Amino acid sequence: MASYSTNEFKSGLKFMLDGDPCSIIENEFVKPGKGQAFNRVKFRNLKTGRVNERTFKSGDTVESADVIETDLEYSYNDSEFWYFMDPNTFEQYAADANAIAESKDWLKEQYTYTVTLWDGSPLLVSPPNFVNLAVVETDPGVRGDTSSGGGKPATLETGAVVRVPLFIEIGEVLKVDTRTASYVERAKD
Amino acid sequence: MTAQQDWQPTASINTLKRRAQLLADIRRFFAGRDVLEVETPILSQAAPTATYLDSFTTAYQPPGSNAISYYLQTSPEFPMKRLLAAGSGDIYQIARVFRNGELGRLHNPEFTMLEWYRPALDYSGLMQEVDDLLQQVGAMPAALRISYHQAFQQYLELDIEQRDVQTLKQTALSLISGLPADWQTDYDGWLEMLMSEVIEPRLSQLKKPVIVYDFPSSQAQLAKIHHNADGIPVAARFEVYAGGLELANGYDECLDAAELRSRFEADNEQRNQKGKPLMPIDDHLLAAIENGLPPCTGVALGLDRLMLLLVDKPSLDDVLSFGFERG
Repeated sequence: MASYSTNEFKSGLKFMLDGDPCSIIENEFVKPGKGQAFNRVKFRNLKTGRVNERTFKSGDTVESADVIETDLEYSYNDSEFWYFMDPNTFEQYAADANAIAESKDWLKEQYTYTVTLWDGSPLLVSPPNFVNLAVVETDPGVRGDTSSGGGKPATLETGAVVRVPLFIEIGEVLKVDTRTASYVERAKD
Repeated sequence: MTAQQDWQPTASINTLKRRAQLLADIRRFFAGRDVLEVETPILSQAAPTATYLDSFTTAYQPPGSNAISYYLQTSPEFPMKRLLAAGSGDIYQIARVFRNGELGRLHNPEFTMLEWYRPALDYSGLMQEVDDLLQQVGAMPAALRISYHQAFQQYLELDIEQRDVQTLKQTALSLISGLPADWQTDYDGWLEMLMSEVIEPRLSQLKKPVIVYDFPSSQAQLAKIHHNADGIPVAARFEVYAGGLELANGYDECLDAAELRSRFEADNEQRNQKGKPLMPIDDHLLAAIENGLPPCTGVALGLDRLMLLLVDKPSLDDVLSFGFERG
């Protein structure tokens, strides 16, 4: 397994810490007074998603983590796993509930997701910033109502609920921002 | 990054204009105080011995014979002291200096040091002069002074004279997030860790420069040892912190060549234990001091960091025409 010295630390570097794969968010080289240098590192634990800090002596080494990001197509799910496919190799990957937690509301067959693989297994599935989803349930549309601050909940085909303008009707396809879980506009075909 | 993308400067042209203005302001400041600008060699056959200060090495190649090792200066301190011993009087220098292995947001392996020596000023007088300089060229508020011992007492309720490594360690582990429980270091290492990670951030909240003076005698470097008001022997050394940065380091200079030689040898012994190369002790410096270095004070100030404060930028790359990786 390759290793990295602190002088190779930079944001985005994937390394192993206490058995978990981590990704560096920020690395600061510190040299107090005339003393020994160290690196103050802010990182995300890719398994738990938590952000932490750790101090390393400058020159220390850490093991690299076999973590890659790849674009995979969502296929289907059974009671335990969510299956993704590499559109080039047709290889299948099974992601567990933890890995898809962030994407659960936005999973649609044949859509492409960014999947972080650790030792070949999905660690994290990130949705695209925007997805187009059909409305499966909402109160009847009210035409001509442009009152500000209005809106109503609509349930989308993935189960997600977003606030939409009053004129939206069942069956319409909406462009949704997954980062804020909010309606953007009617999807253009 | 390719050459196509990274040929450009890392600082804006406006920042470089501000930098030129700062250099002019500094020269005017010292001209007004009759301090002489000098230049000294960047290449030296000797080098500082300090354990955690690593010099760049190079070699002079005389045609037809063996190469001679040279070191790039980590500061102009040694030749400037030789000028003082030769009777130069008050001198300053704006020097390019080099430190190996130091690269980060606040470190560039080559940087610009403003260093000056004042036979005319005592320890307190030099602190006042640094304060004056920061007010005049940096438009900063007047500095606050606190002794190293007071800082630990006030911010951590620690009496560092107890030399209780266990208590220092427990304090560090409880206050510094991310510090592993098995972190190994010595008394000075814990003090430095607490200073940089706990006390410095609190000092920066004061929104004015802070001069921390009278360092532990074990961190004297090239400073005199004197007794503080409590009769404790301390180093006549001060550091200036501003805006969360360590900006300057000053001494009431040690004038005792034998004392310095034994400190240099102790440094080299420490280097030996850590498997680092031994450094050739600067006999020219020691000979000059033996010959008679006048009582003087001296301070070195990182100009690039001062620039960061002046233009309110986060990284040295922002104030250097070309950061290290584009050199």
